[in-house]
Amino acid sequence: MSAAYITNYSNDFAINAEKLTRNFGQLSAVSELDLQVEKQTIYGFLGPNGSGKTTAIRLLTGLLKATSGEVNVLGCQLPRESNKLRLKIGYMTQKFSLYDDLTVKENLQFIAKIYGLTPNEQKARLSELLTIHQLTKQAKQLAGSMSGGQKQRLALAAAVIHKPKLLFLDEPTSAVDPQNRREFWEQLFDLCDQGTTILVSTHYMDEAERCHKLAILENGIKRADDSPQALMSNLAAQVVEIAASDLRQIKNSLIKLPQVISAAQLGTHLRVLVKEEVTQPIALLQQQPCLNPADQLAIVRPSLEDVFVSCTGRGATL
Amino acid sequence: MRTSLIRIQAIVIKELLQLRRDKMTFGMVIMIPLVQLLLFAFAINTNIRDIPVGVVDHSQTALSRVLQQTVSATGIVTFTHHYHSTKQAQAAIDRSEVRAVLIIPQDVSQRLVHHPSVGFGLPPSSKEETSRPIAQWLVDGSDTVIAGSIKSLRRMPLVELLDKPANRNTPTFEVTLLYNPEQRSVVNIVPGLVAVILTMTMIMFTSAAIVREQERGNMEMLIITPMAPLELMVGKIIPYIFIGAIQVTIILGLGYWLFNVPFNGGLGQLVLATFLFICASLVLGLVISTIAKSQLQSMQMTVFVLLPSILLSGFMFPYEGMPLPAQYIAEALPATHFIRLIRGVILRDVAVIEMSFDMLWLIAFTCVGLLISALRFKKTLD
Repeated sequence: MSAAYITNYSNDFAINAEKLTRNFGQLSAVSELDLQVEKQTIYGFLGPNGSGKTTAIRLLTGLLKATSGEVNVLGCQLPRESNKLRLKIGYMTQKFSLYDDLTVKENLQFIAKIYGLTPNEQKARLSELLTIHQLTKQAKQLAGSMSGGQKQRLALAAAVIHKPKLLFLDEPTSAVDPQNRREFWEQLFDLCDQGTTILVSTHYMDEAERCHKLAILENGIKRADDSPQALMSNLAAQVVEIAASDLRQIKNSLIKLPQVISAAQLGTHLRVLVKEEVTQPIALLQQQPCLNPADQLAIVRPSLEDVFVSCTGRGATL
Repeated sequence: MRTSLIRIQAIVIKELLQLRRDKMTFGMVIMIPLVQLLLFAFAINTNIRDIPVGVVDHSQTALSRVLQQTVSATGIVTFTHHYHSTKQAQAAIDRSEVRAVLIIPQDVSQRLVHHPSVGFGLPPSSKEETSRPIAQWLVDGSDTVIAGSIKSLRRMPLVELLDKPANRNTPTFEVTLLYNPEQRSVVNIVPGLVAVILTMTMIMFTSAAIVREQERGNMEMLIITPMAPLELMVGKIIPYIFIGAIQVTIILGLGYWLFNVPFNGGLGQLVLATFLFICASLVLGLVISTIAKSQLQSMQMTVFVLLPSILLSGFMFPYEGMPLPAQYIAEALPATHFIRLIRGVILRDVAVIEMSFDMLWLIAFTCVGLLISALRFKKTLD
């Protein structure tokens, strides 16, 4: 029964992992991760550094062997069928992993040959990729001498050279300016539209919000997963925004209250997360001696950061 | 199979492109054999000439002065200092002013007259005084090569000291020196140098090859591709076979034109022997590469292999003179087998196939090494 179950699953999902665990000695980098990624969607891993995002991606690509748990990626059972999987997936590493001392074109030619493209396919695909990723002018430039944005475009071009069905991106935009980030995401949506499933890890809230679905990771444990909209509307807390003077002091007092999950300053406002069971959050906060009656309080719509904070119990350190 | 060849070709091209952009490494490919050849061929010489020595002349006669001239005429020593007493002479040796001192006794002429080689005396065993040497050397014996040179003076002929021809003994053995009749050390050193330089550069290049990919972060990208470990290994060593060929050409070419090293064997045999050794060295480098965690470690391991290759392979000291454990280590090193092969080919015109043990050993070493490195190279990150 279980075999049929898995086959059935793998038709619907690009990635299906059950209780995926990986330990490094005493440390559990990923523990009991259940993951279902639908085909042709962009799935995000959101979490701080050290939350297990990279380890999870390495487990799903077959780069690391799981300590325990089941993984099925594109119908391939890992680690048994990891060789079969390699032709179907693309992987863009966190650190630039192409050759700095080769030109853009030489790098792409190298990867194309490794994936067994014929000379004709190679030529057509290379000029296509150079155009899509705006690298035609840089074709003869050494990769090491390019800017962060150009390197990132080259890395993406190399990762999709063999038209993979599934693309893994490990913090792809960490060294890139906002303009390039926007364009990069446009490329991702184009790829997704053409049928590619994409799994992307990030620690940027705005990027996470673009994903179709999102998993919030902390210390290798999945705290929540759903679409960003659902996560925000199902938040198990209320958000109160306070406009007042001396916000630092107010923050330090409020954070000591047992009903307050967190407080974070955003410019001239203080954003306070209050537990869901409090029926009158504004009234509760106004009773506090640190607040003046003149201060303005209002309940606002939760943001993804609020979701993240309430899931992980971390402040605005991200 | 076809895709496999394409992948190997891709790696070869990539390595060559990287090498072309790395001017320093490319320069070293040429400079290492050049400098080493000149160093070993010019600077290192076991035929020692003009050792500075002193003399204590207790006799102060015409004969003692002729004796000094005869000794210095051999070219082995040059008299640079005169001392009045044996004590002074010993102090001079202590402070390294001279390496040896010739002490000529007062009765040097009497000793000479009774010396068996002169022929006035009776056979040495019959009378005590006849067997006395005519003078004595005090030698700084810590350097065995210098001591050996001076010891060779013990039986020097004394014809010039007397008008009468010396009464020399017929040698017990007749010796015919084959292959290097002039006894020039360069003839033996140049073929051996090929082994040492190839050991050094070939192991160094490949031992850094895999580690470098790891250090620069390229490995994470490479192992996610469908490339097989063996393809990567083969692709990595092919470019360096050409590099090795360039270096061998430099060494043997200069050896032939500059130092007149005879070239008795066939070119085909030389190419075969060298090819076998280059492959063995490259594979050894690959094995190191899969063990080392950084380029610094791979460099240290290269030196670890290089030192015994220089000292035990027969390049500097004859294999036969080594104690048994050292001989076992020497047998394990590819350089030992290659030195036998290349000296055989170049100096004695022997075919590689006639030295089949050394040939087979290099082939076996290559195959086993390639297998080990391909097995050790993991396609995962754990």
